[in-house]
Amino acid sequence: MRRVRGCGAVALTPIALAAAFMAGLGGLLAALLALASRRFYVYEDPRIDAVEALLPHANCGSCGMAGCRAFAEAVVAGRVEPARCTVNTPERNAQIARLLGVAVGQAQRRVARLACAGGSHVARMRARYDGLASCRAAASVGGGGKACAWGCLGLGDCAAVCEFSAIQMDPFDLPVVDAERCTGCGDCVEVCPKDLFSLQPLAHKLWVACRNRADGATAEAQCEVACTACGRCVADAAPGLIRLEDNLAVIDYSRNALARREAIERCPTGAIVWLEGGQVLRGRAAKRIVRVTPLPLASEV
Amino acid sequence: MIASRFTAPSAALGRLLRRRPSFPRGLHLAEHKDTAGLPIQRLPFAPELIVPMLQHIGKPAIPSVRPGQTVVRGEPIGRADGFYSLPVHAPVTGVVRAIEPHLLADGRMVTAVVIHTLEAADQRVLWRTPRDVERLAGPALIQAIQDTGLAGMGGAAFPAHAKLAPPEDAVIDTLIVNGAECEPYLTCDHRVMLEWPAAVMAGIRLAMRACGARQAIIGVEDNKPDAIVALTAALPADGSVRVQDVATKYPQGAADILIYTLTGREVPAGQRSSAVGVLVSNVMTLATLGQLLPAGEGLIERVITVAGPGVARPGNYRVPLGTPMRYLLDFVGARGGVREVVLGGPMMGPAVASLDVPVTKGTSGVLVLTPRELAFETRPVRACIRCGECVCVCPRGLNPCMLGLLAARGEYETMVADYHLEQCFECGCCSYVCPANIPLVQQFRVAKGVWRKRSASRAA
Repeated sequence: MRRVRGCGAVALTPIALAAAFMAGLGGLLAALLALASRRFYVYEDPRIDAVEALLPHANCGSCGMAGCRAFAEAVVAGRVEPARCTVNTPERNAQIARLLGVAVGQAQRRVARLACAGGSHVARMRARYDGLASCRAAASVGGGGKACAWGCLGLGDCAAVCEFSAIQMDPFDLPVVDAERCTGCGDCVEVCPKDLFSLQPLAHKLWVACRNRADGATAEAQCEVACTACGRCVADAAPGLIRLEDNLAVIDYSRNALARREAIERCPTGAIVWLEGGQVLRGRAAKRIVRVTPLPLASEV
Repeated sequence: MIASRFTAPSAALGRLLRRRPSFPRGLHLAEHKDTAGLPIQRLPFAPELIVPMLQHIGKPAIPSVRPGQTVVRGEPIGRADGFYSLPVHAPVTGVVRAIEPHLLADGRMVTAVVIHTLEAADQRVLWRTPRDVERLAGPALIQAIQDTGLAGMGGAAFPAHAKLAPPEDAVIDTLIVNGAECEPYLTCDHRVMLEWPAAVMAGIRLAMRACGARQAIIGVEDNKPDAIVALTAALPADGSVRVQDVATKYPQGAADILIYTLTGREVPAGQRSSAVGVLVSNVMTLATLGQLLPAGEGLIERVITVAGPGVARPGNYRVPLGTPMRYLLDFVGARGGVREVVLGGPMMGPAVASLDVPVTKGTSGVLVLTPRELAFETRPVRACIRCGECVCVCPRGLNPCMLGLLAARGEYETMVADYHLEQCFECGCCSYVCPANIPLVQQFRVAKGVWRKRSASRAA
């Protein structure tokens, strides 16, 4: 004490003052913070964090929520079942269900599917498109060069937009969806200018890979694998499962349980297919496609 | 009056030296107006005409005929579906073969009435509903204009009656008649002004009465002196209409640009031209109005410039609507080989992907380009080095360079929020001057499409 005082009270006082002020300020702010944390405390279920930790963190939106956090909140609140996250592994979803003491639930995994099979080796082009390499850009120039006004333009906007690398372009400029990688986020559905993608449950095995609404002869002249609306699949399937609408076979998936592979067997062009085990199965009567080179340009189709 | 101006040497000199009104930036393009001296001539009927029910912006017309029915030239075959829709009339006497979806030039499939032309079909219009035009006013006049099926013929094809209907929240004081025709190659507006000045004046009088404007200014680029003389000679005596020559510069004929050039008024961002008391209409639209309404006829044909290096017999043709492009090109001697067929002018006109598309109300020209022109157009695209050429020419004062870089990265929100993408009207100046051949306008078109889709889904 004496030594301190000996150093000179005049020199030390400002430091002591500052220290005391800072200590006082610190104490005051701490008290304010303590008060604020009491006053504005929001209770958050700790299980939300636990559930979120078990989610894939892809924030893909395929569950219909804004992201994984929103989904976790909804699951904890009991608004949706854990199985609604179709990107997660079934084990993880079971873990979430155990954690919360709820049923995993049933949710069909949905994947993106293309309603077109017209690659460059079977679908004719009526004009050559030269410009920005994007389907959306090509579609704005006279609908693109494809003879079929509904068909895939093949410039790969869907492959570029897919964040999960689930879409690859095949040698015939047709996107191929890897069902294992697809999370069903719907980005490709949104980006396709021809609206050819849709999210389909894996249980939908019967599939019409065509959207051509032209009459049969025109459709087949435009694309060798187009649906010609011959009606054979309608006759071979259970009543009411398939109908013809605007020169196109349309499947009523509310009767999907009645779908059998027999329906595709007599299809002459192979426009209606059976999807099983990652394979695209065409009917026995479908014309064989042996060509591997692009078809030449034909302006009169 | 104009003749005396030309005879006085000092006045003529003054006219030469006088600066024509214009706008900042833009481009001086090679004009290629080789068809300007060729009079309008009729095109024969194609064996089969494809008449789409949607040739305008708005709701498609509802077909009012059945397959197998005989229709006469001028008869209505589709009725308007509401206010933002137009009726469609038969361009030829014939038999309806089918009513089926058909491809349009923009790639859409639209219901079309296919008419098989009768052998004896001639050019007489056999269906008329004459009206006492002088008595018509207000809503009755707007209704009469809608009944003609008239759409803007400059390219956008907006229903003429909807445009001329006086807006509720603004007063129109000036009607601007767009006779600039700034696109290279196109001369159809030029020929219409030269050959049908009386119809132009009749149309202007009707349009002024419909929209309530007290004065009209016809803006014509100074590369069409004969059209200026013809129009000036036909001006009404009351002085309500005047002809103004404007500088020949692209895109002088864009609506907002021409408003600025002629009146000095700037249309605020995101608003229509009525906000500054102005209405712009294409000169051929008004000339057609002046012909159709007094005669009580419907819009069944239009004048089209067919030009370009790939055409053997270029010219200005009066083409029945629904004429297939293939028939038109065969007639003018543009056959086979690699070529690009462009609808409208070379700067803004879209290329067609199919020759089976019909001529519609908005088709202002058909241009056939050969591999020689395409070679320059399709040279490889290189990276943007921010040289700023595009900034120097953008008539809207935008920064296309920055917009292009953002578009390549897919940052569409930033393009709209910070760089005013929606102000771009796709004139094509930036793409034209870009030394790296970057398809800027195409990128903007995609960006606008995405942005429109997103804001629509956000609003829903």
